[in-house]
Amino acid sequence: MDCSSVVVCDLLRSGGMDPGLAMFIALLLGVVLVTTIPLVTVIFLIWVERKVAARIQDRLGPNRVGPFGLLQTFADMIKLITKENITPANADRVVYNFAPLLSVVSVVLIWAVIPFTPYHIGTDLEIGALYIVAVASLGTLAIMTAGWASNNKYALLGAFRVVAQLVSYEVPLVFALLVPIMLAGSMGMQDIVYAQAGMWFFFMVPLSAVLLFIASHAETGRGPFDLIEAESEIIAGFNIEYSGMKFGMFFAAEFIHVFTNAVLMAVFFFGGWWGPGALDAPLLALLYLGLKSAVIYFIYLWVRNTFPRVRIDQLLDLNWKFFVPLSIVNVLVVAFVLKILQELQIAVPLNASTNFLATIPMTVVLLLVNVAMTYALIAWLRNRGAKARQVDLANQHEDIVVAGAAGD
Amino acid sequence: MIEINAQSIAFAILAVLTLGGGLGVVLNRNLFRGAIWLMVSLFGVAGIFVLLSAPFLAAVQVLVYIGAIAILITFAVMLTRSMTNLGERFVRRTAGIVVAVLLFFFILLGTILPVWGVDGTRYDDVSAPAENVATTRELGVALVDGNQFVLPFEVASLLLTAAMIGAIVIAREDEE
Repeated sequence: MDCSSVVVCDLLRSGGMDPGLAMFIALLLGVVLVTTIPLVTVIFLIWVERKVAARIQDRLGPNRVGPFGLLQTFADMIKLITKENITPANADRVVYNFAPLLSVVSVVLIWAVIPFTPYHIGTDLEIGALYIVAVASLGTLAIMTAGWASNNKYALLGAFRVVAQLVSYEVPLVFALLVPIMLAGSMGMQDIVYAQAGMWFFFMVPLSAVLLFIASHAETGRGPFDLIEAESEIIAGFNIEYSGMKFGMFFAAEFIHVFTNAVLMAVFFFGGWWGPGALDAPLLALLYLGLKSAVIYFIYLWVRNTFPRVRIDQLLDLNWKFFVPLSIVNVLVVAFVLKILQELQIAVPLNASTNFLATIPMTVVLLLVNVAMTYALIAWLRNRGAKARQVDLANQHEDIVVAGAAGD
Repeated sequence: MIEINAQSIAFAILAVLTLGGGLGVVLNRNLFRGAIWLMVSLFGVAGIFVLLSAPFLAAVQVLVYIGAIAILITFAVMLTRSMTNLGERFVRRTAGIVVAVLLFFFILLGTILPVWGVDGTRYDDVSAPAENVATTRELGVALVDGNQFVLPFEVASLLLTAAMIGAIVIAREDEE
């Protein structure tokens, strides 16, 4: 990177500072900025989450501290910070205290490759999407170490569930991510945004978007996939022994993770910061990204507060017998169709100059393929459900007959 | 001599992470902590990949080795809680030590000789890696190109698939 291309660096150097040092300070400021954005946003998001949850459950939610209860999170933070930090006597002290840190770090690291505007991104890695998956997998590690180091049976059970759930759902997550990468022909985050200049990927491959949505929701470990915590079964699971701000860090990490997923969904399927006039006005681009993420974030909250928790066997069946095969078939079909489209010259190269009209033939074909896949899927599910019900009915019938024969 | 710049400092830190993590794995009595040290070591290796301009390998290293393999190791360790704090001393075996030292020596020789030669002069072709940094696309093409690595790639895939099926067959309960 060149010093003259960074404003802060240029400013420091003109004040007579060594160019190397100036560059270092400029980069450091950039890193601090990028990591602060999610950490500050989460303070507000916790309020949003509680308000939305309350409204869905027909309650008022926080409304005492500040206007509309906006300052409630600050009050909670002060409470958490002043609370005693307990480390259980038989806990593995180092690992126990390291785990909350790791859980926040693993999520915040993702923000290094998130494109905020055409000109503002932490670092536009060539392997952006792969980096996200790699870094996010560290979160699993955080929860596991927390569960183990607490030296508590419930925490350990929670940790076991983590491996079952988070590692399994990484498979459909990665396969779903492959589809936008294939369409854009690049793993770079900015490239993926530019490729959606003509058309959002959501309209080309809605099935992949839904798959990514569900898999990433399971990765955050929130309802209906909140088996890791499952208050009524293993009383908060891995974080049962954590108190004060150490608990707060797990809490914050989860919230940041959900919002990060919303931003990633926006980038991968809804054009990221792309919108009319975004290239000329970076602030407008940031606004577009924020709006798209906010809508998706709301859907995450909606799902969380609407569906009841699934059982662990249902969770794993759903993943290995349904999502994994589906995501593999999805990738194969989309790759095949895309290649044919490219050979027939119907698919246009997707980049910043692609206009809306040029993408229409390609979009229509891909969308039709997706609709056909979804239709086949629903038909198969309906058939399977009907068979299962018939078996159930037959069993019930037998039960009644047997009960009558016994004479009671 | 070695020039002291940001890269060499980063390399020193990563080398300490890698080797220190490796030592931690071997010397730690607590199996779980050993697994954590293994991750530290693997993380150091990922960092070295970044220094070598191979970010794709670095990401794969973190994803596969830390995100999947090391986590499965910890999972297995967690199931054996009574084993996690080994109290007894290591069994000392002179033969094992000799073999380990010899192995280390040969690996060192195999690493150094191709770069520095027998008489200690450095070959020039390895000192300029900036020319042939491959992009992810080139890497992908190399794996399926008939003239490059398609055969090793397919053989490795076949081997892994066979291993996976074998593991499932072994782990499967007998259906009577």
